[in-house]
Amino acid sequence: MGMSGRTVLVTGVSRDLGRTCARSLANDPTVERVIGVDVMPPRGDIGDVQFIRADIRNPVIAKVIAREDVDTVVHMSVIATPGSAGARGTMKELNVIGTMQLLAACQKAESIRQLVVKSTTTVYGASSGDPAMFTEDMEPRRPARSGYAKDVAEVEAYVRGFARRRPDVTVTTLRCANVIGPRVVSPVTGYFRLPVIPTVLGFDPRLQFLHEHDLNRVLRHAVTADVHGTFNVAGNGTLMLSQALRRLQRPGVPVPGLAFGGLGSALRSARLGDLSPELVAFLTYGRGVDTTRMHEELGFEPRYSTAEAFGEFAATLPPTGGRTERLLAAVAERLPEVDEDRPPALTLAGGIDG
Amino acid sequence: MGDAEIIPIGTRGRPGRGTGTRPSAAARGLAPGARTPKPPEPESPQPEQAEAKGTDAAPQAPFAEPPATESVIPLASDTVIPLDGSLTTPVGTSQLTVTDREAPGGIPVSDWLAALQTAAREVFGDQWESQLAHFLAFLRRRLTGDYVVDEFGFDPEITERFFMAALRPIAQKWFRIEVRGAENIPAKGGALIVSNHSGTIPVDALMTMVSVRDHSDRYLRALGADLVFKMPFVSTMARKGGATLACSEDAERMLAGGELVGVWPEGFKGIGKPYSQRYKLQRFGRGGFVSAALRTQVPIIPLSVVGAEEIYPLVGNVPALARLLGVPYIPITPFFPLLGPLGLVPLPSKWLLEFGEPIRTDEYDEHAAEDPMLVFNVTDQVRETIQQTLYSLLMERQSVFK
Repeated sequence: MGMSGRTVLVTGVSRDLGRTCARSLANDPTVERVIGVDVMPPRGDIGDVQFIRADIRNPVIAKVIAREDVDTVVHMSVIATPGSAGARGTMKELNVIGTMQLLAACQKAESIRQLVVKSTTTVYGASSGDPAMFTEDMEPRRPARSGYAKDVAEVEAYVRGFARRRPDVTVTTLRCANVIGPRVVSPVTGYFRLPVIPTVLGFDPRLQFLHEHDLNRVLRHAVTADVHGTFNVAGNGTLMLSQALRRLQRPGVPVPGLAFGGLGSALRSARLGDLSPELVAFLTYGRGVDTTRMHEELGFEPRYSTAEAFGEFAATLPPTGGRTERLLAAVAERLPEVDEDRPPALTLAGGIDG
Repeated sequence: MGDAEIIPIGTRGRPGRGTGTRPSAAARGLAPGARTPKPPEPESPQPEQAEAKGTDAAPQAPFAEPPATESVIPLASDTVIPLDGSLTTPVGTSQLTVTDREAPGGIPVSDWLAALQTAAREVFGDQWESQLAHFLAFLRRRLTGDYVVDEFGFDPEITERFFMAALRPIAQKWFRIEVRGAENIPAKGGALIVSNHSGTIPVDALMTMVSVRDHSDRYLRALGADLVFKMPFVSTMARKGGATLACSEDAERMLAGGELVGVWPEGFKGIGKPYSQRYKLQRFGRGGFVSAALRTQVPIIPLSVVGAEEIYPLVGNVPALARLLGVPYIPITPFFPLLGPLGLVPLPSKWLLEFGEPIRTDEYDEHAAEDPMLVFNVTDQVRETIQQTLYSLLMERQSVFK
């Protein structure tokens, strides 16, 4: 784009990820001004970001865009959980109506050159009939009928419509895997913070994570790289849920699939966790997304792999299990050293040293 | 560790383990200087005696371990008594020197040790220490999640250590599988093995996986039906064992990644066919496997399996119950459900696996997969090859069980 002083508008800055993203954009030399918009003021330090209290659900946002001469909009206020917003109805309104209003405002604004939307891989759903890895061209096997996944699908449909009507605007949709990090508050991190973690009996889903720093980096990269298209964004590699629990050193309790949903609502009413139907499906069947386009077209390299991102998150949580491991470690200390990097599975029985 | 000092053993069963600041009387008796080395072999009857009750000796190992770990803390602080020689003996020293102290009745400590060592040697072989260390390292890797799975969820370590190890005796001893044409399995690069499907329960897929592993040193990545990934436990094991859903996306992804992929295109029509239809190939799906091979330009290797039809002769079905449970069929065999769980034991038929010559697909151009007629022709070619090989193998076979 080659513009020197860019003015970026970031929605959803009252939440942590939106706030840190706005701050990291403000540090970018090619960006002159960052305007943060939300209905509630951010709780933390926003640095050089200029905060404007505005609701994207009403036409005021169009005035903000016009008055501040915004050329780039980073849309981050699609939320996964009602949480502070209140009920599910409010969440849906914020997600869908908010996006519609924002896009309507963008369409009217002549100054707009780029739109970056933070979407999620939840849009692919999770079912037993899924391919192992979703590419950007694939549709969910079963279209979502409710909840966050449906909101995101609708948001993306509106974004595609906007891209059709304003071909001069670069539209970058980032489908991010579950964001994880020591400070992230989300249904998934809430789930892993439970002292005893329920799992679905007989299922071991594949998980992918994106570190919160990488989320900020990819949004910043998208703003500066100016690449049109939809991209899956996730850390390299895959982690199984069983593996994740062992790395956390927290005990898992297998719960039969049918009871798992009920457990979810019990946890929600006890304010311990939020196992939404999408999360239950994710924790049953798992999901993998292909990030080839992220590497090749978008040109973005996550700094943390899935395992590293999870490892950093796990390091901040005190283990509540892992006694067996410590016992084995004590025994192993008294035995001769063995080649760690060579799995004995791949050597013949009879030993390789001696 | 080669020249580590050989150290006497702890005081299992003796009163007084020290106060934590001062070693116990029993422990002081063990301190260096007080010991008299013993010849390498203890009295010969002891190990034999322990071997004779080998089943008793093996479970003793866990009982002896807790004192070993408890002693870690006092050891680190006051380093007086190097306890527990059983765990610090150098690698390669299979014999252990122990102190000979007069035991106050009961079984002497040295007997316990000899029994333990014999047990360890029984389980792990002569190099039991390094074997045990390897096993512990493996256990710890599993317990800390310190292993890698690929994007399909394939876990090579578990596959090799458990699935293959459990299935191999069945393949070799029960079905006495004879593999022919193993040289047709390419040593590297993507390839698609297409096989007939039979036997009511997909045992043939498992046996093919073991046979391919044993004869080509490669893992066969199976493509499984939707039902497999719907079922708890089965889906987890399938993913860990390297299988994935039979859809064109996954098949092409695996083949493009240079994997050896196995497909059973008859699906439930094949394994669920009545015994009277044995060795009659069913329709080969819609030829999706051929399209996948054409798109990724990998060879197709026809595989004919003889013997799997007889393991559970399917003589009936309960369609109503099957519909209710959402499964393709409820099998009735001469022994199931009549004999209950015993009816689940497969009949020990003799199996023959013949891998045919690879059918090349790299001669076709990249649009070949879009040509339905070509896809049908290649599908028929594969199907005919397998059918003809089945007939010739059946002619050769003397009896079902020999």
